[in-house]
Amino acid sequence: MPTPLVVSEVSKSFFMHLRGGLRLPVVENVSFALKTRECAVLGGPSGVGKSSIIKMLYGNYAADTGQIIVQHDGRLIDLASASPRTVLAVRRDTIGYVSQFLRTVPRVSAVDVVAEPLAVRGVDREDARAKARELLARLNLPEMLWSLPPATFSGGEQQRVNIARGFITDHPVLLLDEPTASLDAKNRQVVMEMIGEKKAAGVALLGIFHDQDVRDAVADAVIDVTRFAPGKVAA
Amino acid sequence: MTADTPLLRVSAVSKSYGQRIGCQDVSFELWPGEVLAVVGESGSGKTTLLNCISTRLLPTSGTVSYRMRGGDWRELYRMSEAERRFLMRTDWGFVHQNPADGLRMTVSAGANVGERLMAVGDRHYGNIRATALDWLGRVEIEADRVDDEPRSFSGGMRQRLQIARNLVTGPRLVFMDEPTGGLDVSVQARLLDLLRGLVTDLGLAAIVVTHDLAVARLLSHRMMVMKDGRVVETGLTDRVLDDPREAYTQLLVSSILQV
Repeated sequence: MPTPLVVSEVSKSFFMHLRGGLRLPVVENVSFALKTRECAVLGGPSGVGKSSIIKMLYGNYAADTGQIIVQHDGRLIDLASASPRTVLAVRRDTIGYVSQFLRTVPRVSAVDVVAEPLAVRGVDREDARAKARELLARLNLPEMLWSLPPATFSGGEQQRVNIARGFITDHPVLLLDEPTASLDAKNRQVVMEMIGEKKAAGVALLGIFHDQDVRDAVADAVIDVTRFAPGKVAA
Repeated sequence: MTADTPLLRVSAVSKSYGQRIGCQDVSFELWPGEVLAVVGESGSGKTTLLNCISTRLLPTSGTVSYRMRGGDWRELYRMSEAERRFLMRTDWGFVHQNPADGLRMTVSAGANVGERLMAVGDRHYGNIRATALDWLGRVEIEADRVDDEPRSFSGGMRQRLQIARNLVTGPRLVFMDEPTGGLDVSVQARLLDLLRGLVTDLGLAAIVVTHDLAVARLLSHRMMVMKDGRVVETGLTDRVLDDPREAYTQLLVSSILQV
């Protein structure tokens, strides 16, 4: 089975200059691969570094050592050492991401927030908006909110905008950081269906899910992050 | 950002004012469609750097090369003064923090925009007026203000007019020095949204100097942090802001007030 993303011996620590040079190790020796048509889930208690791993895979956090190899545009790219331009190209075309919280931009409507990943790939703006409306409708976001900027939306409403934005493209790799955390049962169900459709379409997914029922429903593999706890090297 | 050749190459640019360092040993490349934010506190050398790159200030050492529309590379400080000025008027834009520095305050808004068109050889009054009106609309200035002088405009309107004046000639590279500085937050949000849209739609490359990290986050792809004239950290904007590596960047990021 193809592995569009391979993580190999990645470690990450935070060096806090303002706290007297405190070094805070987060994870060490992180190694795993994502397979197409599968959803892998990062497991382990909170604070163990699950989000940090996802952020490194998206290029949002820097990895101290190791490689994050992704198939992009017919080539293999090491995200851990790629230039900013390459990381942006990978985000545009290869790796999608649903963050834990939506970062809102003043004056930009929910529809345009969702449509943006398609628009930056050159899809006609109206076509992109049509697809965005479809997703927002599916996630049961009230239609009266679509043309408003999401800054004043509730947590659950913002999260649905965020999910629609992450799912709108056909990126071969999709990262999900607690996408269902603030959703009700009905919308959790919709997201689980959408994850199933991504798998069927050949996408490789990696997620963090707090709800046991969602995790059980979508996970094809569980990656135990406590294995990568600092100090546990080559156990 | 798909083009494979940079638009601008800055290599080892330094500027000193006698003993004092303005900026030191700054090198980077800028690609078409890429927005680079240069951040740092006042006195960090970011405006000096911007002025050195945009031919407004002669660097003490180092080179700045620009890829012309024809594809040939030119070293800016080997061009004649006339060539540089032509470049500045046509292929480049410069948005000043204070709109009065970039506008002619005593001629009409329409003429402020039309003037740059005339500088590139447009002579047809009807065309110039139509293009000016179109651009005023794009920066959300009502058509009935076209004959008013910018003196009568609010700060936010003046800034939008300055942007229209700069973009009307279809530049490939725009320099911005604190473009939202001194504006009310609501006016700032409108201007940022406008700039973001224009930069994306026109595929502009831009270098934005700002001390406001929120502005950098919203507008830029890549970020350069300066302190005491030197670049202390550089990288993808969200990486630098969310996972700052250097002591000074950590200090800057941790000093942002949360709302």
